[in-house]
Amino acid sequence: MPRTREQLAERAAKELQDGFYVNLGIGIPTLVANYIPDGMTVTLQSENGMLGMGPFPYEGEEDADLINAGKQTITEIPESAYFSSADSFAMIRGGHINLSILGAMEVAENGDIANWMIPGKLVKGMGGAMDLVAGVKRVVVVMDHANKHGQSKVLKECSLPLTGTAVVSRIITDLCVFDVKPDGAGLELIELAEGVTLDEVAAKTEASYTVKAGVA
Amino acid sequence: MQKIYPDAKAALEGLTFDGMTVMSGGFGLCGIPEALIAALRDSGTKDLTVISNNAGVDGFGLGLLLETRQIKKMISSYVGENKEFERQYLSGELELEFNPQGTLAERIRAGGAGIPAFFTATGVGTLVAEGKEVRDFDGRDYVMETGLVADLSIVKAWKADARGNLIFRKTARNFNPMMATAGKACVVEVEEIVEVGALDPDHIHTPGIYVDRLILGTPEKRIEQRTTRKRAGSAAAGSEVG
Repeated sequence: MPRTREQLAERAAKELQDGFYVNLGIGIPTLVANYIPDGMTVTLQSENGMLGMGPFPYEGEEDADLINAGKQTITEIPESAYFSSADSFAMIRGGHINLSILGAMEVAENGDIANWMIPGKLVKGMGGAMDLVAGVKRVVVVMDHANKHGQSKVLKECSLPLTGTAVVSRIITDLCVFDVKPDGAGLELIELAEGVTLDEVAAKTEASYTVKAGVA
Repeated sequence: MQKIYPDAKAALEGLTFDGMTVMSGGFGLCGIPEALIAALRDSGTKDLTVISNNAGVDGFGLGLLLETRQIKKMISSYVGENKEFERQYLSGELELEFNPQGTLAERIRAGGAGIPAFFTATGVGTLVAEGKEVRDFDGRDYVMETGLVADLSIVKAWKADARGNLIFRKTARNFNPMMATAGKACVVEVEEIVEVGALDPDHIHTPGIYVDRLILGTPEKRIEQRTTRKRAGSAAAGSEVG
């Protein structure tokens, strides 16, 4: 069975490590915050200028001056810190964020990612996505394996305008997990979602990949 | 030297002209200079180039200046929430330059700091790097981006003293501190003006040297995405975390 949104977020949470500073993208990546293991210290960064994001506020306690990068109202926690957008992206660009978990429209077997623009459709802008993929130490993509037309989103080459080149380290989809090997060495399938077969992944993947020993 | 002006209209007097470039602080509707945007609309100044991370929403924030067609060009990182923007952009009435958000922030910081250009890995190999110099430093490619300055920056802060020393509040800080440094003139809207000496000098985010004019505003502070969680004890406690 392909993973649900919640199961994808739960799987992505396994990428977290104690002490990590993490930036989560909008959508499924945001849900990863619900699966931070008890006892693990993970500090969430919001690129509009906050480290240490707390949960959504209780009704009636919303503060217009306190939002996340998705413009949702949030709260602060005792260790929170605020800073300017320039400082925020100095953190990101300077390689101080350990991990970014992002959604994508397409990922290629060399780690290229496209997640900001579809030609011919209204383009809203890249926001902070290009800075995140270029600057964060490790970029993990969480997405559905295929688009709503059933076409593979894991490709030999991206067809959409790129957000970054050779920046993705791991791809977690509803069917499986790929590692992007360094230096253009391609994809390696390292995990299957429960109940998903190698044949099913093969049928739904345009990119070429190797299969790690023991995965079946 | 008197920096405090009676209202937004008076504070923009003599600073606006057709074809000018304006930086406007804020992220979404958080930390935007509401009264100064309204006063800029009322000034009737046309053909503006506006540098702002976002473009407001219909009828609020920079949406006000779009409604009146005063904006010729936007330099932004994300403009998703505005139907009038969409209409003008798709019909070719409005020019748009997208910058990655961190590149935009750094271009403004650099502009205010007297740095004409810098190199960043952000956008290398993408549309953003087209036509720009790319240079290899220690085996990695970086694209050259230029510093940004404006004729006027309009900024929202929380508190100021009469000398223009500023303190921002929570995530309403965002682009405001850099923009304060990068306008030939800088006008700031605050929620409270305190006596000189009332702010702890160690807690000032933006020193008054950058601030030319100040007004006291009473912002509406509209919330774009009001998102809450249920109180413990109610059925579905703790949904998504922000």
